[in-house]
Amino acid sequence: MTIQNSLRTQPDEQGHFGQFGGRYVAETLMPLILDLEKEYRKAKQDPAFEEEFQYLLRQYVGRPNPLYYAQRLTEELGGAKIYLKREELNHTGAHKINNCIGQILLAKRMGKTRIIAETGAGQHGVATATVAALFNIPCTIFMGALDVERQQPNVFRMKLLGAEVRAVESGARTLKDAMNEALRDWVANVHDTFYIIGTVAGPHPYPELVRDFQSVIGKETREQILEAEGRLPDSIIACVGGGSNAIGMFHPFLDDPEVEIIGVEAAGYGLETGQHAASIAGGFPGVLHGNKTFLLQDEDGQITEAHSISAGLDYPGIGPEHAWLHEIGRVRYEPVTDDEALAAFQKLCKLEGIIPALESSHALAAVEKIAPTMGKDKIIVVNLSGRGDKDIFTVAKALGVEI
Amino acid sequence: MTDRISPTFATCREQGRAALVCFITGGDPTPNDTGAMLDALVAGGADLIELGMPFTDPMADGPAIQKANLRSLGAGTTTADILEIAASFRQRHPQVPLILMGYANPMIRRGSDWFADVAKNAGVDGVICVDIPTEEDGELGPALREAGLHFIRLATPTTDKARLPAVLQGSSGFLYYVSVAGITGKQQAAQASIEEAVAHLKSGTDLPVAVGFGVRTPEQAAAIGKVADGVVVGSAIVDIIGEHGANAAPHVREYVASLRTALGAEEVA
Repeated sequence: MTIQNSLRTQPDEQGHFGQFGGRYVAETLMPLILDLEKEYRKAKQDPAFEEEFQYLLRQYVGRPNPLYYAQRLTEELGGAKIYLKREELNHTGAHKINNCIGQILLAKRMGKTRIIAETGAGQHGVATATVAALFNIPCTIFMGALDVERQQPNVFRMKLLGAEVRAVESGARTLKDAMNEALRDWVANVHDTFYIIGTVAGPHPYPELVRDFQSVIGKETREQILEAEGRLPDSIIACVGGGSNAIGMFHPFLDDPEVEIIGVEAAGYGLETGQHAASIAGGFPGVLHGNKTFLLQDEDGQITEAHSISAGLDYPGIGPEHAWLHEIGRVRYEPVTDDEALAAFQKLCKLEGIIPALESSHALAAVEKIAPTMGKDKIIVVNLSGRGDKDIFTVAKALGVEI
Repeated sequence: MTDRISPTFATCREQGRAALVCFITGGDPTPNDTGAMLDALVAGGADLIELGMPFTDPMADGPAIQKANLRSLGAGTTTADILEIAASFRQRHPQVPLILMGYANPMIRRGSDWFADVAKNAGVDGVICVDIPTEEDGELGPALREAGLHFIRLATPTTDKARLPAVLQGSSGFLYYVSVAGITGKQQAAQASIEEAVAHLKSGTDLPVAVGFGVRTPEQAAAIGKVADGVVVGSAIVDIIGEHGANAAPHVREYVASLRTALGAEEVA
């Protein structure tokens, strides 16, 4: 495959992935994101930046994490060999920290003295508060008031790490509203504040730089599977909310046509109920939070509320690069319901002794459907993006257990 | 097209005063009430009207206009309602410039050509879109210009000399100067910084410059009116509607008249 035909050179200079992506922001923010882009280009060329990033990933995050052959799960499903990329073993328990390390290094380069971030379940908030503590930069986390109620342990973690947690009372008081409020804060504090966006969404260059920082997942996986099996996998699978763990896993494989790539969207109570978070299966292209992408919306372009048992997937949009990969047919996006994810969650606990995040459980549920249809000589890699300790209360409630 | 915007600024200039630009959110508190609110703006002496299109996620707005959006959407306001409000305003007020203001997604949902077309047919003169900067002009700008509608852009305190030409490219009608780096309705910028900014903008364009964000009192309006071609007031009016609901019209009229008097109006129709 020649460079020209590569799927790995997006976005274009305007930050577009095909018709998606772009910079749909208020004029106040434009000079700032142009500046961020310039600084990011410089950082990418700077060996010292890369060196510090790699050092922290190794010594602080604990990378590389293993690519683990899940023998019992493989035997139970009776088809393809299943490997788990163990992002849940990272410091703070998920892939989110990879991106936060990269962005705080950028913030430092740019001389910013204050950090803000949005969070849904609190995972990105905890990861951001963690790097802010490490770099001694004051940090404010915006979190929907409803999520604050639902995710008290993470709220307390952020506070322990020295972050201020601001409960957002507007809208449905969840992730979307937290992002609105973070944007409002940013626009009012552009001179000193760096916004660490937690996923591959938002205005250009965020989808690109978050992807680049998360691509360490796919790069490691590539090396590890070649070492273990001497070839690339037949399928790679990851869950998609905004889609940062998925794009981090997928991107290094986009130019390998023999590798089938599957993204898993949260289908909530089922696509037919309208209560889901599957932007590709149930949405239309539109503009929100700085980028053009598939969005859950009504016929007038009003954004509708998403639903998923997994707070990390509970967002009415998806990263623009995913929208593009769907449109060109390179990645297949499959829906998985709350119930299917819950079943997969329990299965991994029992078979492998690993408690997966509910987000990652969506990817595992897709594996359960796909693996048995494949021969035993086939290989699947699934991104175990986070650990599920944070989800035990949600799961207990769903199973009718009191703890 | 009949251009209502430039003649309006010209008339105000002849009268030796700044134009009064007033914003309300369409459909607030209900679509049926908006006509009376718009009439109150005109009766109070507004020269140009900005009609907000409600959106679920008004990222650039402060609490006042966020709440107005929620009230409007809560009352079931649709895009069709906004267009009907605009069309009936145009029938009652053939000369008053009417501008639709809002966020990209409701404007492009059925295609930018569709939107430009229906807005034009409803008698709208121009459009302000908060989240379509010059870089994404193609999403909406060509369709508006094709339909003969003004695409009114925003300049901000972060719009420096190097960036100003980009902001001005393809913009017409007037230039809306957002005087604070922040959200609507919060705080007001220092008068000196506004004067400096308006001078900077005027050095780059012949378009009238209207200044908004955080203007609440007649005194503030008067001070800004001395240096700018127009003064935009939104959140303060929206707050009155929030307080008085469907009965807000007389209060709105009274407040707008106080602004207009401060700008130097001898008589209000």
